[in-house]
Amino acid sequence: MADYPVHEYDVLVIGAGGAGLRAAIESSAAGAKTAVVTKSLLGKAHTVMAEGGMAAAMGNVDERDNWKVHFADTMRGSQYLSNCRMAEIHAKEAPARVRELEAWGAIFDRTKDGRINQRNFGGHRYPRLAHVGDRTGLEMIRTLQDHGIHQGIDVFAETTVIKLLQDGGRCVGAFAYDREKGRFMAFHAKAVVLASGGIGRSFRVTSNSWEYTADGQALAYQAGAELLDMEFVQFHPTGMVWPPSVKGILVTEGVRGEGGVLKNKDGKRFMFDDIPENYRPQTADSPDEGWRYTQGDKSARRPPELLTRDHVARCINREVKAGRGSPHGGVFLDIAWIKEKLPNSVEHIKKKLPSMYHQFKQLADLDITQEPMEVGPTTHYMMGGIQVDAESQMSSVPGLFAAGECAAGLHGANRLGGNSLSDLLVFGKRAGEHAAKFAKSNGADRVNPADIDAAAQAALAPFERGAAGENPFTVQSELQDIMQNLVGIVRTESEMEEALGKIEALRARAAKAGITGNIEYNTGWHTALDLDNMLSISEMIATAALERKESRGGHFRDDYPEKDAEWGKYNLQIARGTDGRPMVRRVPVVPLTDEMKQIIEEQSK
Amino acid sequence: MSTATFQIWRGERGNGKFVDYTTEYETGMVVLDVVHKIQGSVANDMAVRWNCKAGKCGSCSAEINGKPRLMCMTRLNQLDLTQPVTIEPMKTFPHVKDLVTDVSWNYEVKKKIQKFTPRKPDAPDGTWRVQQADVDRPQEFRKCIECFLCQDVCHVLRDHRLHDEFIGPRFLIHTAQLEMNPLDTGNRLKALKDDYNIGYCNITKCCTKVCPEEIKITDNGIIPLKERVVDEFYDPLGGLFKMFR
Repeated sequence: MADYPVHEYDVLVIGAGGAGLRAAIESSAAGAKTAVVTKSLLGKAHTVMAEGGMAAAMGNVDERDNWKVHFADTMRGSQYLSNCRMAEIHAKEAPARVRELEAWGAIFDRTKDGRINQRNFGGHRYPRLAHVGDRTGLEMIRTLQDHGIHQGIDVFAETTVIKLLQDGGRCVGAFAYDREKGRFMAFHAKAVVLASGGIGRSFRVTSNSWEYTADGQALAYQAGAELLDMEFVQFHPTGMVWPPSVKGILVTEGVRGEGGVLKNKDGKRFMFDDIPENYRPQTADSPDEGWRYTQGDKSARRPPELLTRDHVARCINREVKAGRGSPHGGVFLDIAWIKEKLPNSVEHIKKKLPSMYHQFKQLADLDITQEPMEVGPTTHYMMGGIQVDAESQMSSVPGLFAAGECAAGLHGANRLGGNSLSDLLVFGKRAGEHAAKFAKSNGADRVNPADIDAAAQAALAPFERGAAGENPFTVQSELQDIMQNLVGIVRTESEMEEALGKIEALRARAAKAGITGNIEYNTGWHTALDLDNMLSISEMIATAALERKESRGGHFRDDYPEKDAEWGKYNLQIARGTDGRPMVRRVPVVPLTDEMKQIIEEQSK
Repeated sequence: MSTATFQIWRGERGNGKFVDYTTEYETGMVVLDVVHKIQGSVANDMAVRWNCKAGKCGSCSAEINGKPRLMCMTRLNQLDLTQPVTIEPMKTFPHVKDLVTDVSWNYEVKKKIQKFTPRKPDAPDGTWRVQQADVDRPQEFRKCIECFLCQDVCHVLRDHRLHDEFIGPRFLIHTAQLEMNPLDTGNRLKALKDDYNIGYCNITKCCTKVCPEEIKITDNGIIPLKERVVDEFYDPLGGLFKMFR
C-alpha cells in the first residue's frame, strides 16, 4: 500500500449535518473515540437550509397533541409505507431530543407562557413544529456544532470519502481525500455511521446544495447494503421559479403555515378543488376556516394549502400544465393578503418569515409583504435510502450504520414537513449510541491495502486523461436534465426506459472524465469523482420507479395514475446484483401491531 | 444576452494574478452564477467554496469590487458592468487557491470560548420558561451564518494581524449571545477583557456594514459587552459598592 496516513477511531461518522453531529455527540459521550468527516466546513451542511422547524408532539400550543397523533400523522403522510416501528420511535422520542437542544444552547421562539413555541405545518394535525423564525436548521446545526466542539470529537473538514473499507462483509473504515491539498487518507474504524444527506443534485431544479450527490447511498450500495424506497423522491411544492438563476431555491412551507395561500393566474384558490378523501375530515370547508386555523383557532380545520407536499406539488403542476400558471411557469403564493386581517401585517411577516423576506427582496426584487411570490415544485428530499434496523440504525452490512436523509424507513412514500429535523436528532442519536456499542463489543478488523491502492488509482485516473477527457461539469449537467425531464414529478414507463438508456450512455462518458490543473482544491476533479455516485443513484431511482406500477406519495405515474392497494403491501428493495447492476425486489411492509392499528383508527376520525 | 468582464484572482498560496473572463449573463444572475459558468466551461479547476447558494450557509465569502460580500447574494444588477468586476478571496485569512482561503483559525477561536451552561430547569419536566422579549437579542446574534466577512473587514485582524490576541466581531457576538442568554450561568467578562481583548475594538462599525444577516454587531453586541466589562472592572463606585455588598 502506498504511504497514506491511517487514522484510527472507534466510530467514524461520515457527514456533519444534523444526523452526523448528533451521532458523533452520542458516540463520543459513550466513550468511543469519534471522528467526523465532512465535505464542507463545519456548520455548512445542508441542514442549515431547513427552515420551518422540527416536529415533536410536546403539546405546548395545543395540549391535545401527543405521540400517538404524531405517529398516526406520519403513517398517513407516508401512505402507510413507513417502517411503523421507526415512526413510533420517532414520535415518542422527538420531544426529548428538542428539549435537549435547548439544554445545549438553542434558543427557540417562545409561547406567551414562556415555553417552546410550535407552528402549524402540512399534514400535522396540531401545531407541532418547534422553530426559530424560518431558520430552524441553522439553529440546530449551530447548537450541535457548538456543543460538539467541546466534547473532543475530531473533525476532518473538507474531506470526501470515496470508498468504504471492508473486511469480509464487515465495514471497517473508509478511504478519503482532503479537498484542499488532494491528499488521500484512510480511516480505520470499528463502526461507521453514514449521515451524508440526499441526492438532489441529480436533478436540474432542486433546493439542495452541491453536496447532495448521493455519496452515502452509493457507498453503502457498493459495500453490499440494501436500499429501500428509492422511487420516492419528494418534490417540494414551493421553490422559487424566477429569476432563472435561483430557480429551485426553497420557499418554506411556513409561509402557508402563517396564512399564505396558493392562487392561479385567475386569482382562484385552486387547492380547494382537490382534497383527497382521507384528509377531508381534517380540512377546512372555507377560506375563513382555513385562516382561523393558521391563527390558532382550535375549532378550525387546516386550509388545503397545508395538505401533504406530494399532493400540493401535483396540484401546482396541474395548474401550470393547464395554462393557469403565473408568468414564469409557477403559481402565486400570497402572504401579503393577510393585511386584510392583520393591521401590522408588514412587521408580522418580517418577524415570522425573515429569511423569506430577505431572499425575495435580494434575489427577486420582490417585497413579499406587498406582492405575491411565484413558486413551483423543486426536488427537495429523498425518502428512500439505506435500509436500517429501526432500533439500532445498522444496515445489512455489519458495522455500517446510517441516519438522516441517507437512511430510509421513517417517511415511506412521502415525508411530512418538519419530520426531517426531528428524524436527524432521534435517529442520529440512536445511530451514534449503537455504533459506539458495536465498536465496544467488536474489536478492530483488518483493512485490505489492495482495496486502498485500487481506490486511489481509480480516483487519479481523470488527471491522466487531462483536457482530452470529458468535461465532468457537462456530464453532470446532462444527468440533471435527464432526471428532471424523464424521472421527475410525473413519470411514465417509456420516459423512464429512455432515462435508463441515457444514464448508461452517460456512465460511459463519465468513465472518460478528464481534468486539467493540479490536485489542490480542484473542483473539476471533485465533480468527476461525484459522478459515479450520482449516476448510480439515478439508475436506482429510475429502476425502482419503473417497477412500482401505481401512484403513491412522491411517486406519480401518468400511466398508472391510481393508488393500488396491492402495491400498498410492499416496499421496493434494491441491492447490487452479481452483475453489479441494481436488483430490485418487493419486500412486505413492516406489519402494524394491534395497538398501532387502534391508534390509526382513532386518529382517522 | 449581454456580456461583461470579470477579473477573477487565480493562483495559489498568495501568489497569483487577476485573470480576465468575458462572459454572457442574463437577468437575475448573481456573482456566484458567473463564477460557476466560467468554471463549468473554461476553468474547470478553479477553486471556489460554496454550498447552499441561498445566503444561508456563509461559504461563498469573497471581495467583489473590493467589498466583502457573499457571491450568492450579490446580484449583477447591483454592480457597474460597464467596468470589469473584480472577484478576489478574503484578505484576512491565509490564501489557499483562487477564491478559497484557510478559515480554520475561526474554528480554533471558538473552541476557547466558555461553553453554554444552563441554569437548573424551571419546571419539574426539565424545561425552562423564558419570555420572547428576553431572547430577541441573543436570537439576533444567532442569525450569524459564520461567513466571516466581519472578521475579514475588521482592521484589528486585517491590518494589524492580531489574530493571536483578538477574537474578532464574529466571536464577540458569539460571546454576546451566550452572555445575554437568560438561561446561561457562565461569566465571560474577565476573558473578554484579558484574553479576547475586546478593548482593541474601536467601534468603527465596519463589521456591521458587511454583515449579510444585518446583525447590529457593534451597537447591539460589542458595545453592550464593553459596557459590562467596564462596569465589572473599571467602575470605582461600583467596585466600592461590591466591597460592602
